[in-house]
Amino acid sequence: MKKVVRGFYSVAYAVKLCKPNIICAYPITPQTEIVENLALMYANGELENCKYITAESEFAAASILVGASAAGARTFTATCSQGLILMSEVLFNAAGMRLPIVIVNTNRALSAPLSIWNDLQDSMALRDAGIIQVYVENNQEAHDMVPQAYKIAEDKRVRLPFMICMDGYKLTHAYEPVDLLDQNVVDSFLPPYSPEVYLTTKKPVAFGCYAPPHIYMEFRVAMQRAMERAKEIMEKVFADWAEVSGRNWGGHLEVVYPDSKNFVIAMGSIVGLLRKVVEELRNEGISVGLVKLRTFRPFPVQELRKSLENAEKIIVIDRSVSFGYEGNLSIELKSALYGMSPEVISFILGLGGRDVPKDFLKELVKNAILGKEKSGFKGFKEFEEVIP
Amino acid sequence: MRFFGRGHGACPGCGLAIAVRNILEALEGKCFVVNPTGCLEIISSQYGRNAWGVPYIHPLFDNAAAVACGISEALKVLGREDEGEVVVLAGDGATADIGLTLHGMFDRNHDVIYICLDNEAYQNTGHQQSALTPLGEATTTTPAGKLMLGKIGRKKDMVAIALAHGSPYVATSSAVLPADIRRKVKKAAKIEGAKYIQIHCPCVTGWGIDGKDVVKVGNLAIETALYPIVEFENGKLLTVRKVKERKPVEEYLKIQRRFRHLFTSPEGRKVIEEIQKIADENALRYGIDLKK
Repeated sequence: MKKVVRGFYSVAYAVKLCKPNIICAYPITPQTEIVENLALMYANGELENCKYITAESEFAAASILVGASAAGARTFTATCSQGLILMSEVLFNAAGMRLPIVIVNTNRALSAPLSIWNDLQDSMALRDAGIIQVYVENNQEAHDMVPQAYKIAEDKRVRLPFMICMDGYKLTHAYEPVDLLDQNVVDSFLPPYSPEVYLTTKKPVAFGCYAPPHIYMEFRVAMQRAMERAKEIMEKVFADWAEVSGRNWGGHLEVVYPDSKNFVIAMGSIVGLLRKVVEELRNEGISVGLVKLRTFRPFPVQELRKSLENAEKIIVIDRSVSFGYEGNLSIELKSALYGMSPEVISFILGLGGRDVPKDFLKELVKNAILGKEKSGFKGFKEFEEVIP
Repeated sequence: MRFFGRGHGACPGCGLAIAVRNILEALEGKCFVVNPTGCLEIISSQYGRNAWGVPYIHPLFDNAAAVACGISEALKVLGREDEGEVVVLAGDGATADIGLTLHGMFDRNHDVIYICLDNEAYQNTGHQQSALTPLGEATTTTPAGKLMLGKIGRKKDMVAIALAHGSPYVATSSAVLPADIRRKVKKAAKIEGAKYIQIHCPCVTGWGIDGKDVVKVGNLAIETALYPIVEFENGKLLTVRKVKERKPVEEYLKIQRRFRHLFTSPEGRKVIEEIQKIADENALRYGIDLKK
């Protein structure tokens, strides 16, 4: 059923179809409308076998889901920015206990200064938590990712939290036509959650033991192996999804014009703009392709190396920064391509919702290809720092 | 020892271990234990040496109440409520300092029995002060020195906080009163909502007492009215453990290393007077003295 809806609704509706048992969240802009819609569905009795809880903080919301998930419930939360950071202690813990909590993070900048607008700094800060991270380009992809997220996270070979990252405002509040899934499509794809290990008095187990040095490392190696298995399982689930839904979003990456000499790589909604930029540059006779990175964790190293093996120049579009180094995606990409020798130029732009007009982006990419633009922050006003 | 014990690593005489055993036996093992970081977790949950015969989760230091809420709600939604009670077994630091999620549990009134095992400091890490450390106690972070004579300020009144939240059942008990613990836990299990029980648990190493004196020290806390044993249902005071002849607080303080410094200076003596005042107030507030 194709409808023009806003991003938050496309997510809320997909969550409903996945039949979670416990939805728990704390409002934060621009995520709030996701859980407001779910709360309304709950209030109207549209969510079967489900309890909706408004927690007193994101920290508590994530904690409630830890308990619920450990007890065998399918769980959902949405958050972003400070909320995600406030959850972070719990999310690292949830990953360690291998709880398949699904989170939608509506990417938003971090304070200070306070900003409710979009960049990717928040989810980047959770890079090492042991959470699967997928970035979506549009609201249809966000909608489609929700059932896939549950299927991957709950796979017993994986059992890790899953974070769907969608740009705050740019996607959450954008109206787009979305083909809303049918319940039977989701039901045929996503089985009910029935974990083999959960908290029950019928067969008592202990979650969250403490591990002295002789055994701690084994748990962490197991997490890494789960991430590695997830990489393969995700490919399979993505392919299954294409069959079930008729929409193929590609694998961990989507490569447009794979035979190009130059490539732009990015994640999230800015990919949509880059598709246009690449078309226009190609019309000007410039050989440029596009890599849309969908999966950020597990990081698809081999896929990237293969897709970029003949690239002469790669332009990375980052919307977050590791202060004291450079853009986060750029760091990851360079590490993945170690031993290969393309020139990598990385731009950090669009922080805190700073507008990135198409023509501005096009000039940057073009000039980078022509060797006239260096790496660094782009699209900001020069200013005088006040150093007392 | 079916539900708790198999080789736990508590010190001989540990009040907390006595309390836990009685709690679990009162519930006949039909419970889910949520245990934040602390003494209990360290003595019972090492990988490969799990001492629990009931489903158990140790999440973080600061989120046991919320995790318990999640379990409680999940059991309801999944139709598995009859499996047992959701019980938090938390230390005093995890309850009164860092465990902020306790307030959300009260506010939304989830069906959880929250039990604070109060040994009056962070004992697992070597005796640092918490909000439930009593006035004048020397801990490693409130040491007795020239300027400071141990913990400044009184124990946080968690009972009052629980009552202010409208908790349907609030009680205190002591590890030296096993029958009282069992009765109160059984009663709490019958009441729907967010219950709070605080159990005084003498700590051999932190308090500086002999293992054989645990019962004596625990009893003196009650007999001096420094640890009132009370019970509230729907905000109404139901029972108070009365004392026939209340003992001066000095009797309680002098046999514990943590208060020893108070007896060696005039300033310390003043603190003892303050502590006596707290006991007198408690006695008056709850009508502890049998004679009066």
